[in-house]
Amino acid sequence: MTWFLSHLDDVGVFLAWHVYLSAVPLVLGLAIALPLGYLARRYRWLYPPLILGTGLLYTIPSLAIFILLPLLLGTQILDPINVLVAMTVYTIALLVRTVADGLAAVPDEVLLSATAMGYKRFSRLLRVELPLAVPVIAAGLRVAAVSNVSIVSVAAIIGVSQLGSLFTDGFARAFLAPIVVGIVACVLLALALDLLILAAGRALTPWLRNRRAS
Amino acid sequence: MISRIFGWLFDPANTGAIVSRTLEHLQYSVVALALAALIAIPAGMYVGHTGRGRFAVVNLAGAARAIPTLGLLYLMVLLLGPRLTGDVAFLLPNLLVLVVLAIPPILSGTYAGIDEVDPAARDAAKGMGLTGREVLLRVEFPCALPLVFSGLRSALLQVVATATIAATAGLGGLGRFLIDGLAVRDFPQMAAGAILVAVLALLCDLVFGLAQRYAVSPGISGRTRRRTRRARRERDADSGASASRTERDRLDAGASAS
Repeated sequence: MTWFLSHLDDVGVFLAWHVYLSAVPLVLGLAIALPLGYLARRYRWLYPPLILGTGLLYTIPSLAIFILLPLLLGTQILDPINVLVAMTVYTIALLVRTVADGLAAVPDEVLLSATAMGYKRFSRLLRVELPLAVPVIAAGLRVAAVSNVSIVSVAAIIGVSQLGSLFTDGFARAFLAPIVVGIVACVLLALALDLLILAAGRALTPWLRNRRAS
Repeated sequence: MISRIFGWLFDPANTGAIVSRTLEHLQYSVVALALAALIAIPAGMYVGHTGRGRFAVVNLAGAARAIPTLGLLYLMVLLLGPRLTGDVAFLLPNLLVLVVLAIPPILSGTYAGIDEVDPAARDAAKGMGLTGREVLLRVEFPCALPLVFSGLRSALLQVVATATIAATAGLGGLGRFLIDGLAVRDFPQMAAGAILVAVLALLCDLVFGLAQRYAVSPGISGRTRRRTRRARRERDADSGASASRTERDRLDAGASAS
Protein backbone atom coordinates (compact mmCIF):
# COMPACT_ATOMS: atom_id res chain seq x y z
CA MET A 1 0.00 0.00 0.00
CA THR A 2 2.77 2.44 0.89
CA TRP A 3 4.56 1.46 -2.32
CA PHE A 4 1.39 2.16 -4.28
CA LEU A 5 0.92 5.60 -2.72
CA SER A 6 4.51 6.64 -3.35
CA HIS A 7 4.38 5.46 -6.98
CA LEU A 8 0.95 6.84 -7.83
CA ASP A 9 2.26 8.81 -10.83
CA ASP A 10 4.00 5.82 -12.43
CA VAL A 11 0.98 3.60 -11.97
CA GLY A 12 -1.20 6.33 -13.47
CA VAL A 13 0.96 6.56 -16.60
CA PHE A 14 1.05 2.76 -16.95
CA LEU A 15 -2.71 2.64 -16.50
CA ALA A 16 -3.26 5.29 -19.20
CA TRP A 17 -1.10 3.28 -21.63
CA HIS A 18 -2.89 0.08 -20.69
CA VAL A 19 -6.29 1.67 -21.35
CA TYR A 20 -5.04 2.98 -24.70
CA LEU A 21 -3.56 -0.37 -25.76
CA SER A 22 -6.59 -2.44 -24.77
CA ALA A 23 -9.53 -0.13 -25.51
CA VAL A 24 -8.54 1.32 -28.91
CA PRO A 25 -8.24 -2.20 -30.42
CA LEU A 26 -11.75 -2.94 -29.16
CA VAL A 27 -13.15 -0.04 -31.18
CA LEU A 28 -11.02 -0.81 -34.25
CA GLY A 29 -11.73 -4.53 -33.99
CA LEU A 30 -15.47 -3.95 -33.72
CA ALA A 31 -15.37 -1.59 -36.71
CA ILE A 32 -13.65 -4.27 -38.82
CA ALA A 33 -15.57 -7.26 -37.42
CA LEU A 34 -18.99 -5.73 -38.17
CA PRO A 35 -18.65 -5.76 -41.98
CA LEU A 36 -16.79 -9.10 -41.92
CA GLY A 37 -19.45 -10.66 -39.70
CA TYR A 38 -22.15 -9.27 -41.94
CA LEU A 39 -20.47 -10.79 -45.01
CA ALA A 40 -20.13 -14.14 -43.24
CA ARG A 41 -23.85 -14.02 -42.53
CA ARG A 42 -24.92 -12.69 -45.92
CA TYR A 43 -22.86 -15.12 -48.00
CA ARG A 44 -23.06 -18.55 -46.37
CA TRP A 45 -20.01 -19.90 -48.19
CA LEU A 46 -17.88 -17.21 -46.56
CA TYR A 47 -18.79 -18.31 -43.04
CA PRO A 48 -16.53 -21.40 -42.69
CA PRO A 49 -13.34 -19.84 -44.16
CA LEU A 50 -13.79 -16.57 -42.23
CA ILE A 51 -14.47 -18.33 -38.92
CA LEU A 52 -11.66 -20.82 -39.47
CA GLY A 53 -9.22 -18.09 -40.51
CA THR A 54 -9.94 -15.84 -37.55
CA GLY A 55 -9.90 -18.91 -35.29
CA LEU A 56 -6.40 -19.74 -36.48
CA LEU A 57 -5.25 -16.19 -35.71
CA TYR A 58 -6.61 -16.56 -32.21
CA THR A 59 -4.57 -19.74 -31.74
CA ILE A 60 -1.22 -17.95 -32.07
CA PRO A 61 0.25 -17.14 -28.64
CA SER A 62 0.37 -13.41 -27.88
CA LEU A 63 4.11 -13.19 -27.30
CA ALA A 64 4.72 -14.79 -30.70
CA ILE A 65 2.42 -12.25 -32.40
CA PHE A 66 4.12 -9.34 -30.63
CA ILE A 67 7.49 -10.53 -31.95
CA LEU A 68 6.41 -11.47 -35.47
CA LEU A 69 4.31 -8.38 -36.25
CA PRO A 70 7.27 -5.99 -36.63
CA LEU A 71 8.43 -8.27 -39.46
CA LEU A 72 5.13 -7.95 -41.29
CA LEU A 73 4.55 -4.27 -40.53
CA GLY A 74 8.14 -3.08 -40.85
CA THR A 75 7.93 -1.39 -37.45
CA GLN A 76 10.43 -1.35 -34.58
CA ILE A 77 9.92 -4.11 -32.03
CA LEU A 78 9.39 -1.59 -29.21
CA ASP A 79 6.72 0.30 -31.15
CA PRO A 80 3.37 0.19 -29.27
CA ILE A 81 1.72 0.00 -32.72
CA ASN A 82 2.61 -3.72 -32.77
CA VAL A 83 0.62 -4.31 -29.61
CA LEU A 84 -2.24 -2.20 -30.95
CA VAL A 85 -2.39 -4.22 -34.17
CA ALA A 86 -2.02 -7.57 -32.35
CA MET A 87 -4.87 -6.75 -29.97
CA THR A 88 -7.02 -5.58 -32.89
CA VAL A 89 -6.39 -8.92 -34.60
CA TYR A 90 -7.42 -10.83 -31.47
CA THR A 91 -10.54 -8.67 -31.11
CA ILE A 92 -11.52 -9.30 -34.74
CA ALA A 93 -10.90 -13.03 -34.26
CA LEU A 94 -13.35 -13.09 -31.35
CA LEU A 95 -15.95 -10.76 -32.80
CA VAL A 96 -16.43 -11.89 -36.42
CA ARG A 97 -18.14 -15.04 -35.25
CA THR A 98 -20.14 -13.17 -32.60
CA VAL A 99 -21.40 -10.61 -35.13
CA ALA A 100 -22.31 -13.30 -37.67
CA ASP A 101 -24.15 -15.37 -35.07
CA GLY A 102 -25.80 -12.29 -33.55
CA LEU A 103 -27.16 -11.28 -36.95
CA ALA A 104 -28.21 -14.88 -37.65
CA ALA A 105 -30.23 -14.92 -34.42
CA VAL A 106 -32.54 -12.14 -35.64
CA PRO A 107 -35.89 -13.89 -36.29
CA ASP A 108 -36.97 -14.24 -39.90
CA GLU A 109 -40.43 -12.78 -39.18
CA VAL A 110 -38.76 -9.56 -38.00
CA LEU A 111 -36.78 -9.32 -41.23
CA LEU A 112 -39.88 -9.96 -43.31
CA SER A 113 -41.93 -7.34 -41.45
CA ALA A 114 -39.11 -4.81 -41.77
CA THR A 115 -38.96 -5.45 -45.49
CA ALA A 116 -42.74 -5.16 -45.69
CA MET A 117 -42.52 -1.80 -43.91
CA GLY A 118 -40.31 -0.58 -46.72
CA TYR A 119 -36.80 -0.89 -45.28
CA LYS A 120 -34.14 -1.29 -47.96
CA ARG A 121 -31.36 -3.78 -47.30
CA PHE A 122 -28.85 -1.32 -45.80
CA SER A 123 -31.27 0.64 -43.64
CA ARG A 124 -32.82 -2.62 -42.48
CA LEU A 125 -29.37 -3.81 -41.42
CA LEU A 126 -28.59 -0.55 -39.67
CA ARG A 127 -31.93 0.08 -37.98
CA VAL A 128 -33.39 -3.38 -37.41
CA GLU A 129 -30.80 -6.17 -37.57
CA LEU A 130 -27.87 -4.51 -35.81
CA PRO A 131 -29.91 -3.12 -32.90
CA LEU A 132 -31.43 -6.56 -32.34
CA ALA A 133 -27.97 -8.16 -32.45
CA VAL A 134 -26.59 -5.71 -29.86
CA PRO A 135 -26.97 -8.04 -26.83
CA VAL A 136 -24.99 -10.83 -28.54
CA ILE A 137 -22.33 -8.48 -29.91
CA ALA A 138 -22.00 -6.72 -26.54
CA ALA A 139 -21.48 -10.10 -24.84
CA GLY A 140 -18.67 -10.91 -27.28
CA LEU A 141 -17.16 -7.47 -26.82
CA ARG A 142 -17.11 -7.95 -23.04
CA VAL A 143 -15.16 -11.20 -23.44
CA ALA A 144 -12.75 -9.45 -25.81
CA ALA A 145 -12.31 -6.49 -23.45
CA VAL A 146 -11.49 -8.62 -20.44
CA SER A 147 -9.05 -10.88 -22.27
CA ASN A 148 -7.42 -7.89 -24.02
CA VAL A 149 -6.55 -6.33 -20.67
CA SER A 150 -4.82 -9.54 -19.62
CA ILE A 151 -2.99 -10.11 -22.92
CA VAL A 152 -1.72 -6.51 -23.19
CA SER A 153 0.27 -6.99 -19.98
CA VAL A 154 2.34 -9.69 -21.72
CA ALA A 155 3.79 -6.99 -23.98
CA ALA A 156 5.85 -5.79 -21.01
CA ILE A 157 8.22 -8.69 -21.72
CA ILE A 158 9.31 -7.12 -24.99
CA GLY A 159 9.52 -3.71 -23.32
CA VAL A 160 6.27 -1.94 -24.24
CA SER A 161 5.36 -0.15 -21.04
CA GLN A 162 1.89 -0.45 -19.46
CA LEU A 163 0.62 -2.07 -16.26
CA GLY A 164 2.49 -5.25 -17.20
CA SER A 165 5.73 -3.33 -16.64
CA LEU A 166 4.91 -3.50 -12.93
CA PHE A 167 5.11 -7.30 -13.21
CA THR A 168 8.47 -7.41 -15.02
CA ASP A 169 9.85 -4.68 -12.77
CA GLY A 170 8.69 -6.38 -9.58
CA PHE A 171 9.95 -9.76 -10.76
CA ALA A 172 13.38 -8.39 -11.70
CA ARG A 173 13.78 -6.98 -8.19
CA ALA A 174 12.00 -9.89 -6.43
CA PHE A 175 9.60 -7.30 -5.01
CA LEU A 176 5.95 -8.27 -4.54
CA ALA A 177 4.30 -4.85 -4.07
CA PRO A 178 4.34 -3.70 -7.73
CA ILE A 179 3.15 -7.12 -8.91
CA VAL A 180 0.18 -7.10 -6.55
CA VAL A 181 -0.66 -3.49 -7.48
CA GLY A 182 -0.44 -4.44 -11.16
CA ILE A 183 -2.73 -7.44 -10.79
CA VAL A 184 -5.31 -5.42 -8.86
CA ALA A 185 -5.14 -2.56 -11.39
CA CYS A 186 -5.54 -4.99 -14.31
CA VAL A 187 -8.54 -6.71 -12.72
CA LEU A 188 -10.17 -3.37 -11.90
CA LEU A 189 -9.57 -2.08 -15.43
CA ALA A 190 -11.06 -5.26 -16.90
CA LEU A 191 -14.06 -4.88 -14.60
CA ALA A 192 -14.48 -1.20 -15.56
CA LEU A 193 -14.40 -1.95 -19.31
CA ASP A 194 -16.78 -4.86 -18.76
CA LEU A 195 -19.28 -2.66 -16.93
CA LEU A 196 -18.90 0.12 -19.49
CA ILE A 197 -19.79 -2.22 -22.36
CA LEU A 198 -22.62 -3.74 -20.33
CA ALA A 199 -24.04 -0.24 -19.71
CA ALA A 200 -23.60 0.78 -23.35
CA GLY A 201 -25.33 -2.42 -24.48
CA ARG A 202 -28.27 -1.69 -22.17
CA ALA A 203 -28.47 1.93 -23.30
CA LEU A 204 -28.66 0.75 -26.92
CA THR A 205 -31.48 -1.72 -26.19
CA PRO A 206 -34.13 0.30 -24.32
CA TRP A 207 -36.85 -2.15 -25.36
CA LEU A 208 -35.25 -4.89 -23.25
CA ARG A 209 -35.32 -2.77 -20.12
CA ASN A 210 -39.02 -3.14 -19.35
CA ARG A 211 -38.85 -6.85 -19.94
CA ARG A 212 -35.98 -7.12 -17.48
CA ALA A 213 -37.84 -5.13 -14.84
CA SER A 214 -40.98 -7.23 -15.01
CA MET B 1 15.50 -10.89 -42.43
CA ILE B 2 13.16 -13.71 -43.45
CA SER B 3 16.06 -15.68 -44.87
CA ARG B 4 18.01 -15.19 -41.64
CA ILE B 5 15.10 -16.56 -39.64
CA PHE B 6 14.84 -19.63 -41.84
CA GLY B 7 18.62 -19.89 -41.77
CA TRP B 8 18.37 -20.12 -37.98
CA LEU B 9 15.48 -22.59 -38.12
CA PHE B 10 17.25 -24.98 -40.47
CA ASP B 11 20.77 -24.54 -39.10
CA PRO B 12 21.85 -28.08 -38.10
CA ALA B 13 23.55 -26.56 -35.05
CA ASN B 14 20.12 -25.58 -33.71
CA THR B 15 18.23 -28.80 -34.51
CA GLY B 16 19.02 -30.47 -31.19
CA ALA B 17 17.91 -27.44 -29.18
CA ILE B 18 14.74 -27.03 -31.23
CA VAL B 19 13.73 -30.67 -30.72
CA SER B 20 14.45 -30.70 -26.99
CA ARG B 21 12.76 -27.32 -26.38
CA THR B 22 9.69 -28.42 -28.34
CA LEU B 23 9.49 -31.65 -26.32
CA GLU B 24 9.86 -29.66 -23.08
CA HIS B 25 7.09 -27.31 -24.14
CA LEU B 26 4.82 -30.21 -25.04
CA GLN B 27 5.62 -31.94 -21.78
CA TYR B 28 4.69 -28.93 -19.62
CA SER B 29 1.53 -28.32 -21.62
CA VAL B 30 0.34 -31.92 -21.58
CA VAL B 31 1.12 -32.44 -17.88
CA ALA B 32 -0.64 -29.19 -16.93
CA LEU B 33 -3.63 -29.96 -19.13
CA ALA B 34 -3.92 -33.52 -17.83
CA LEU B 35 -3.79 -32.39 -14.19
CA ALA B 36 -6.32 -29.65 -14.85
CA ALA B 37 -8.62 -32.08 -16.68
CA LEU B 38 -8.36 -34.59 -13.81
CA ILE B 39 -9.68 -31.90 -11.48
CA ALA B 40 -12.02 -29.95 -13.74
CA ILE B 41 -13.85 -32.69 -15.66
CA PRO B 42 -15.12 -34.59 -12.59
CA ALA B 43 -15.95 -31.26 -10.89
CA GLY B 44 -17.80 -30.04 -13.98
CA MET B 45 -19.65 -33.35 -14.23
CA TYR B 46 -20.68 -33.06 -10.61
CA VAL B 47 -21.89 -29.48 -10.97
CA GLY B 48 -23.68 -30.20 -14.25
CA HIS B 49 -25.35 -33.35 -12.94
CA THR B 50 -26.45 -32.04 -9.56
CA GLY B 51 -26.80 -28.35 -10.36
CA ARG B 52 -24.93 -27.50 -7.16
CA GLY B 53 -22.38 -24.69 -7.34
CA ARG B 54 -23.63 -23.54 -10.75
CA PHE B 55 -23.32 -19.87 -9.87
CA ALA B 56 -19.72 -20.29 -8.70
CA VAL B 57 -18.67 -22.11 -11.88
CA VAL B 58 -20.21 -19.56 -14.24
CA ASN B 59 -18.56 -16.65 -12.43
CA LEU B 60 -15.24 -18.40 -11.95
CA ALA B 61 -14.69 -18.61 -15.69
CA GLY B 62 -15.33 -14.89 -16.16
CA ALA B 63 -13.22 -13.85 -13.20
CA ALA B 64 -10.30 -16.08 -14.20
CA ARG B 65 -10.12 -14.38 -17.56
CA ALA B 66 -9.59 -11.00 -15.92
CA ILE B 67 -6.51 -12.06 -13.95
CA PRO B 68 -3.37 -11.12 -15.90
CA THR B 69 -1.45 -14.36 -16.47
CA LEU B 70 1.96 -12.70 -16.41
CA GLY B 71 1.33 -11.14 -12.99
CA LEU B 72 -0.01 -14.41 -11.56
CA LEU B 73 3.04 -16.25 -12.89
CA TYR B 74 5.56 -13.87 -11.29
CA LEU B 75 3.61 -13.71 -8.05
CA MET B 76 3.62 -17.51 -7.72
CA VAL B 77 7.32 -17.86 -8.55
CA LEU B 78 8.27 -15.15 -6.07
CA LEU B 79 6.00 -16.54 -3.36
CA LEU B 80 6.74 -20.26 -3.76
CA GLY B 81 10.22 -20.20 -5.31
CA PRO B 82 12.20 -19.36 -2.14
CA ARG B 83 10.49 -22.20 -0.25
CA LEU B 84 11.69 -24.81 -2.73
CA THR B 85 15.16 -25.89 -3.79
CA GLY B 86 16.82 -26.74 -7.09
CA ASP B 87 14.97 -26.91 -10.41
CA VAL B 88 11.66 -27.54 -8.66
CA ALA B 89 11.78 -23.96 -7.36
CA PHE B 90 11.00 -22.73 -10.89
CA LEU B 91 9.17 -25.75 -12.25
CA LEU B 92 6.53 -26.18 -9.58
CA PRO B 93 5.14 -22.61 -9.32
CA ASN B 94 5.04 -22.31 -13.11
CA LEU B 95 3.27 -25.65 -13.54
CA LEU B 96 0.87 -24.71 -10.77
CA VAL B 97 -0.11 -21.51 -12.61
CA LEU B 98 -0.56 -23.45 -15.86
CA VAL B 99 -2.89 -25.90 -14.10
CA VAL B 100 -4.82 -23.10 -12.39
CA LEU B 101 -5.30 -21.31 -15.72
CA ALA B 102 -6.43 -24.46 -17.50
CA ILE B 103 -9.11 -25.37 -14.96
CA PRO B 104 -11.79 -22.68 -15.58
CA PRO B 105 -12.29 -23.30 -19.34
CA ILE B 106 -12.47 -27.11 -18.88
CA LEU B 107 -14.74 -26.77 -15.85
CA SER B 108 -17.18 -24.41 -17.53
CA GLY B 109 -17.11 -26.39 -20.79
CA THR B 110 -17.92 -29.65 -18.98
CA TYR B 111 -20.57 -28.01 -16.87
CA ALA B 112 -22.21 -26.25 -19.82
CA GLY B 113 -22.12 -29.45 -21.90
CA ILE B 114 -23.89 -31.50 -19.25
CA ASP B 115 -26.28 -28.69 -18.37
CA GLU B 116 -27.42 -28.43 -21.98
CA VAL B 117 -28.09 -32.12 -22.54
CA ASP B 118 -31.56 -32.57 -23.97
CA PRO B 119 -33.84 -33.25 -20.96
CA ALA B 120 -35.70 -35.82 -23.09
CA ALA B 121 -32.51 -37.89 -23.42
CA ARG B 122 -31.97 -37.71 -19.67
CA ASP B 123 -35.55 -38.74 -18.95
CA ALA B 124 -35.38 -41.57 -21.46
CA ALA B 125 -32.24 -42.89 -19.75
CA LYS B 126 -33.95 -42.72 -16.37
CA GLY B 127 -37.00 -44.41 -17.80
CA MET B 128 -34.81 -47.26 -19.01
CA GLY B 129 -33.80 -47.82 -15.39
CA LEU B 130 -30.31 -46.29 -15.39
CA THR B 131 -29.10 -45.03 -12.03
CA GLY B 132 -27.98 -41.43 -11.56
CA ARG B 133 -24.33 -42.38 -12.02
CA GLU B 134 -25.09 -44.39 -15.16
CA VAL B 135 -27.12 -41.52 -16.62
CA LEU B 136 -24.15 -39.23 -16.03
CA LEU B 137 -21.47 -41.53 -17.43
CA ARG B 138 -23.34 -43.17 -20.30
CA VAL B 139 -25.72 -40.45 -21.48
CA GLU B 140 -24.90 -36.99 -20.16
CA PHE B 141 -21.11 -37.10 -20.52
CA PRO B 142 -21.03 -38.51 -24.07
CA CYS B 143 -23.62 -35.90 -25.07
CA ALA B 144 -21.52 -33.18 -23.44
CA LEU B 145 -18.30 -34.20 -25.21
CA PRO B 146 -18.34 -31.46 -27.90
CA LEU B 147 -18.34 -28.75 -25.23
CA VAL B 148 -15.88 -30.67 -23.05
CA PHE B 149 -13.55 -30.68 -26.03
CA SER B 150 -14.03 -27.00 -26.75
CA GLY B 151 -13.13 -26.36 -23.10
CA LEU B 152 -10.05 -28.59 -23.38
CA ARG B 153 -8.96 -26.86 -26.58
CA SER B 154 -9.21 -23.35 -25.23
CA ALA B 155 -7.43 -24.51 -22.07
CA LEU B 156 -4.65 -26.04 -24.17
CA LEU B 157 -4.17 -22.81 -26.15
CA GLN B 158 -4.04 -20.89 -22.91
CA VAL B 159 -1.47 -23.32 -21.50
CA VAL B 160 0.76 -23.32 -24.61
CA ALA B 161 0.72 -19.50 -24.68
CA THR B 162 1.38 -19.14 -20.97
CA ALA B 163 4.16 -21.75 -21.00
CA THR B 164 5.87 -19.49 -23.56
CA ILE B 165 5.63 -16.50 -21.25
CA ALA B 166 6.79 -18.65 -18.32
CA ALA B 167 10.24 -18.79 -19.92
CA THR B 168 10.80 -15.32 -18.41
CA ALA B 169 10.19 -16.90 -15.00
CA GLY B 170 12.76 -19.64 -15.49
CA LEU B 171 10.75 -22.34 -17.24
CA GLY B 172 12.23 -24.17 -20.24
CA GLY B 173 10.35 -24.80 -23.47
CA LEU B 174 10.15 -22.87 -26.73
CA GLY B 175 9.73 -19.59 -24.88
CA ARG B 176 13.46 -19.78 -24.13
CA PHE B 177 14.28 -18.93 -27.76
CA LEU B 178 12.12 -15.81 -27.54
CA ILE B 179 13.44 -14.69 -24.18
CA ASP B 180 17.10 -15.59 -24.72
CA GLY B 181 16.96 -14.02 -28.18
CA LEU B 182 15.47 -10.88 -26.67
CA ALA B 183 18.23 -10.71 -24.04
CA VAL B 184 21.00 -10.64 -26.65
CA ARG B 185 18.97 -8.81 -29.37
CA ASP B 186 19.16 -11.88 -31.62
CA PHE B 187 16.04 -11.20 -33.67
CA PRO B 188 16.27 -14.24 -35.97
CA GLN B 189 16.28 -16.53 -32.95
CA MET B 190 13.29 -14.70 -31.40
CA ALA B 191 11.28 -14.79 -34.61
CA ALA B 192 12.14 -18.45 -35.21
CA GLY B 193 11.01 -19.24 -31.65
CA ALA B 194 7.78 -17.31 -32.22
CA ILE B 195 7.12 -19.26 -35.42
CA LEU B 196 7.79 -22.56 -33.65
CA VAL B 197 5.41 -21.66 -30.81
CA ALA B 198 2.70 -20.61 -33.25
CA VAL B 199 3.09 -23.84 -35.23
CA LEU B 200 3.05 -25.91 -32.04
CA ALA B 201 -0.16 -24.20 -30.89
CA LEU B 202 -1.82 -24.79 -34.26
CA LEU B 203 -0.74 -28.45 -34.34
CA CYS B 204 -1.94 -29.07 -30.76
CA ASP B 205 -5.32 -27.57 -31.63
CA LEU B 206 -5.45 -29.68 -34.79
CA VAL B 207 -4.67 -32.90 -32.86
CA PHE B 208 -7.45 -32.11 -30.40
CA GLY B 209 -9.81 -31.29 -33.26
CA LEU B 210 -9.10 -34.71 -34.77
CA ALA B 211 -9.42 -36.44 -31.39
CA GLN B 212 -12.77 -34.74 -31.00
CA ARG B 213 -13.93 -36.15 -34.34
CA TYR B 214 -13.12 -39.65 -33.17
CA ALA B 215 -14.32 -39.32 -29.60
CA VAL B 216 -17.66 -37.64 -30.19
CA SER B 217 -20.43 -39.97 -31.24
CA PRO B 218 -21.48 -39.32 -34.87
CA GLY B 219 -25.06 -39.07 -33.72
CA ILE B 220 -24.14 -36.01 -31.66
CA SER B 221 -21.74 -34.23 -33.97
CA GLY B 222 -24.26 -34.57 -36.80
CA ARG B 223 -21.84 -36.16 -39.24
CA THR B 224 -24.01 -39.16 -40.11
CA ARG B 225 -27.20 -37.20 -40.30
CA ARG B 226 -25.93 -35.42 -43.36
CA ARG B 227 -27.17 -38.07 -45.77
CA THR B 228 -30.62 -38.36 -44.25
CA ARG B 229 -30.80 -34.62 -43.94
CA ARG B 230 -30.20 -34.18 -47.63
CA ALA B 231 -33.18 -36.43 -48.29
CA ARG B 232 -35.26 -34.44 -45.87
CA ARG B 233 -34.12 -31.15 -47.34
CA GLU B 234 -35.93 -32.04 -50.52
CA ARG B 235 -39.13 -31.99 -48.55
CA ASP B 236 -38.65 -28.82 -46.54
CA ALA B 237 -35.78 -26.77 -47.76
CA ASP B 238 -34.91 -24.83 -44.64
CA SER B 239 -35.14 -27.21 -41.70
CA GLY B 240 -31.86 -28.99 -42.43
CA ALA B 241 -29.93 -25.75 -42.46
CA SER B 242 -31.50 -24.56 -39.24
CA ALA B 243 -30.74 -27.88 -37.54
CA SER B 244 -27.05 -27.56 -38.38
CA ARG B 245 -27.14 -23.97 -37.16
CA THR B 246 -28.39 -24.82 -33.70
CA GLU B 247 -25.61 -27.37 -33.43
CA ARG B 248 -23.08 -24.68 -34.18
CA ASP B 249 -24.72 -22.19 -31.83
CA ARG B 250 -24.43 -24.68 -29.03
CA LEU B 251 -20.70 -25.05 -29.65
CA ASP B 252 -20.28 -21.29 -29.85
CA ALA B 253 -22.00 -20.88 -26.55
CA GLY B 254 -19.42 -23.23 -25.11
CA ALA B 255 -16.54 -21.41 -26.74
CA SER B 256 -17.65 -18.06 -25.40
CA ALA B 257 -18.50 -19.50 -22.00
CA SER B 258 -14.97 -20.72 -21.59
